[in-house]
Amino acid sequence: MKPLSGNVTDSIGRHTVGGASSQRLLDKVFLGLSRRDYLSQFLANPVNWALSLILAIGIPLLCQRYLFGLQAISHGSQDYPWGVLLGFGLFGMVPLSASGFLLSTTVEIFQRDDFRPIERLALLNGLLGYFFAVVFLLVDLGMPWRLTYPMVVSFGPAAVLFLVAWHVATYLSVQIAEMVPAVSEWADWPGLKRFVKKLTLGLTIAGIILSTLHQGALGALFCYAPAKIHPLWIAPEFQWLHFFVSSIFAGLCMVIVVSWLVRKTMAWRCDHRFLDTLDEITLGLAKGAAMAMITYLVIKIVAIAHDQEWLLLISGWGLYYLLELGLGTLVPLIIFAYGVRHRRVTMVRWGALLAVAGIVWNRLNTVLICYNYRLHQEIPYWKELWVVLTVLSFYFIVYRFFLYRIPVLFEWRD
Amino acid sequence: MKEETRRGTTFTRRSLLKGMVAAVATAISMRPSRDSSAHDFHGYDSNRGVLVDLTRCIGCRSCEVACSQEHGLAPPDGMLENYQPLEPQYRETRRPDHQAFTVVNQYQSPLYDHPLFKKTQCNHCLEPACLTACFVNAYTKTPEGAVIYNESVCVGCRTCMVACPFSIPAFRYDSAFDAQIMKCNFCFDTRLSKGRPPACVEACPMEALTFGYRDELLKIARKRLRDLPGRYHREIYGEFEAGGTSWLYLSPVPFEEAGFDTRVPRQPILHFVKDFLAVVPMVLTIWPGLFAGIYLLAKSNKTADNTTSKEDKSDETIER
Repeated sequence: MKPLSGNVTDSIGRHTVGGASSQRLLDKVFLGLSRRDYLSQFLANPVNWALSLILAIGIPLLCQRYLFGLQAISHGSQDYPWGVLLGFGLFGMVPLSASGFLLSTTVEIFQRDDFRPIERLALLNGLLGYFFAVVFLLVDLGMPWRLTYPMVVSFGPAAVLFLVAWHVATYLSVQIAEMVPAVSEWADWPGLKRFVKKLTLGLTIAGIILSTLHQGALGALFCYAPAKIHPLWIAPEFQWLHFFVSSIFAGLCMVIVVSWLVRKTMAWRCDHRFLDTLDEITLGLAKGAAMAMITYLVIKIVAIAHDQEWLLLISGWGLYYLLELGLGTLVPLIIFAYGVRHRRVTMVRWGALLAVAGIVWNRLNTVLICYNYRLHQEIPYWKELWVVLTVLSFYFIVYRFFLYRIPVLFEWRD
Repeated sequence: MKEETRRGTTFTRRSLLKGMVAAVATAISMRPSRDSSAHDFHGYDSNRGVLVDLTRCIGCRSCEVACSQEHGLAPPDGMLENYQPLEPQYRETRRPDHQAFTVVNQYQSPLYDHPLFKKTQCNHCLEPACLTACFVNAYTKTPEGAVIYNESVCVGCRTCMVACPFSIPAFRYDSAFDAQIMKCNFCFDTRLSKGRPPACVEACPMEALTFGYRDELLKIARKRLRDLPGRYHREIYGEFEAGGTSWLYLSPVPFEEAGFDTRVPRQPILHFVKDFLAVVPMVLTIWPGLFAGIYLLAKSNKTADNTTSKEDKSDETIER
């Protein structure tokens, strides 16, 4: 993004004087560039070409899905009702988006001001992650137009999914409220910001409650299939705890990875406050993640001991389980321990990337690979994978749109 | 004094909030107490069922044909004439799906000199997993014993398919506008609600299927086990599986030999989810106080820190 950095006018980081307010807003949307300059920087970026290619194939696939049913883009398996769309899109995206509640708790509840520079990035990461998990759900649900039925039409309050639906919906509203200050600075609505600021503590605590419960509930959903999932991946008494604790380091590692990417690709948009503290913050986040990881490893072992599954560990599935836990959690944990001790920030960032992949791997194992392990193995249809890629591209585009504009990586100067 | 008043109002507001939280918590904790009768629910007395005797089934698949006619589904494919053994593609691997509510599969066991035929359909559990997993209450357990589905509220999340320990509910993936769950409904609308046996039972030429009250069927099954001890494996599949099912099976060989899933837990599936459901009101009540407390501690700590660090600095300057 080097060419852009020179062109962007300084006016988009503050409230400019003069001009109609709608004109100023448009100016901010186009980053203070003329339409022609904006288009030329857009075309000069190879990432945009790759995204266009993905969407060029993906959008027709989405149309196919909404016209001819899920069968058109997936195998429509009766044995694997939840495919990679939910396995990655819902069960993978939600733990990676735990960042919002983690960092708002750290800053607003634990009063750790040293993490404040990254709080808004974590909040945005959380909001968009949840929003796009819902988008994935809208692609996968048989009747997406009935998404609100559990809230308004027909209630099944004893079902775990009822809890997930309500909590994700409520938490999405909480996260939108938490992002209001940043957006209102950008759009110049100071009154709204002042109002929401007063709610911060309440919103944060609501966020912790809702996150604990729905991150756990996503795990508890699998307690409905105690005999279908390989016993190593299901422990009915502990499943919610496994999912909740792993979401803690998943969210923290995701922030490490995103902030790394941001510093590499859009340093022009970051201010000194963000850039100068990022290394220190990364080490701090890694320290927190390492504590969640060791907790996770211990409760995973507790579950094996509780269910008397030691012998299963020396089977083929057992080795696969140890590989997942080793590569996805133990290796990142060792990297974090070493990296934090010797202040090796780049090393820590690679470890975080590995942990993020490890969490997605764990969720895919639970939903897809070790689910119905006694039956055939479901290998997703390429169209389903492409649709996942398409929704992820929308996620990327929206994420970048907000990072470029609203004060997430920089402080607004009034 | 002014400070005092302000603190006072904060307290009132907080106690109000606490009151609200407590009210929510009470409302939530009331729910299990209302359902507490469900702890010892053993099914309706009027629960009908069907006893399937594998030693009598010859694999003619008449039940499949009758079922597809009853429900207006496509006729089952594969050869059905002359009561011949199934072609290989119809052995073992088929399951009920959106085009067939019941299937008869063939199994070969070394413990038995004939091929074995097992009819699969919804077992109409006494405490159905699909029902307990459904977040829009699309499933109903009728007093007659049928587990029926209401497609007009279904969102298509397919959790029931994950939850069903017998993998019965199937989804119509091939339609964007008419997608729904498809499964055996015990012919509830057309027959069971009028006290008549389902179409498959009526079509069976071998009396391999016996329709009746579940209690009576259990007695009949036990009588057969007692009268012909050499003929049967000494268990009734469905008596305890997943908390008990309306459809019961007798087999000449251990059930896993005839394609039954014997790892289905004996408790109702809901049993495995209750632990988590109990955590919910705990988190809702404990977290607000806990984290508000941590906030207050952290806040007072920080203020104290700031004062001490200032004092330290001033000490340093003095020493210099």
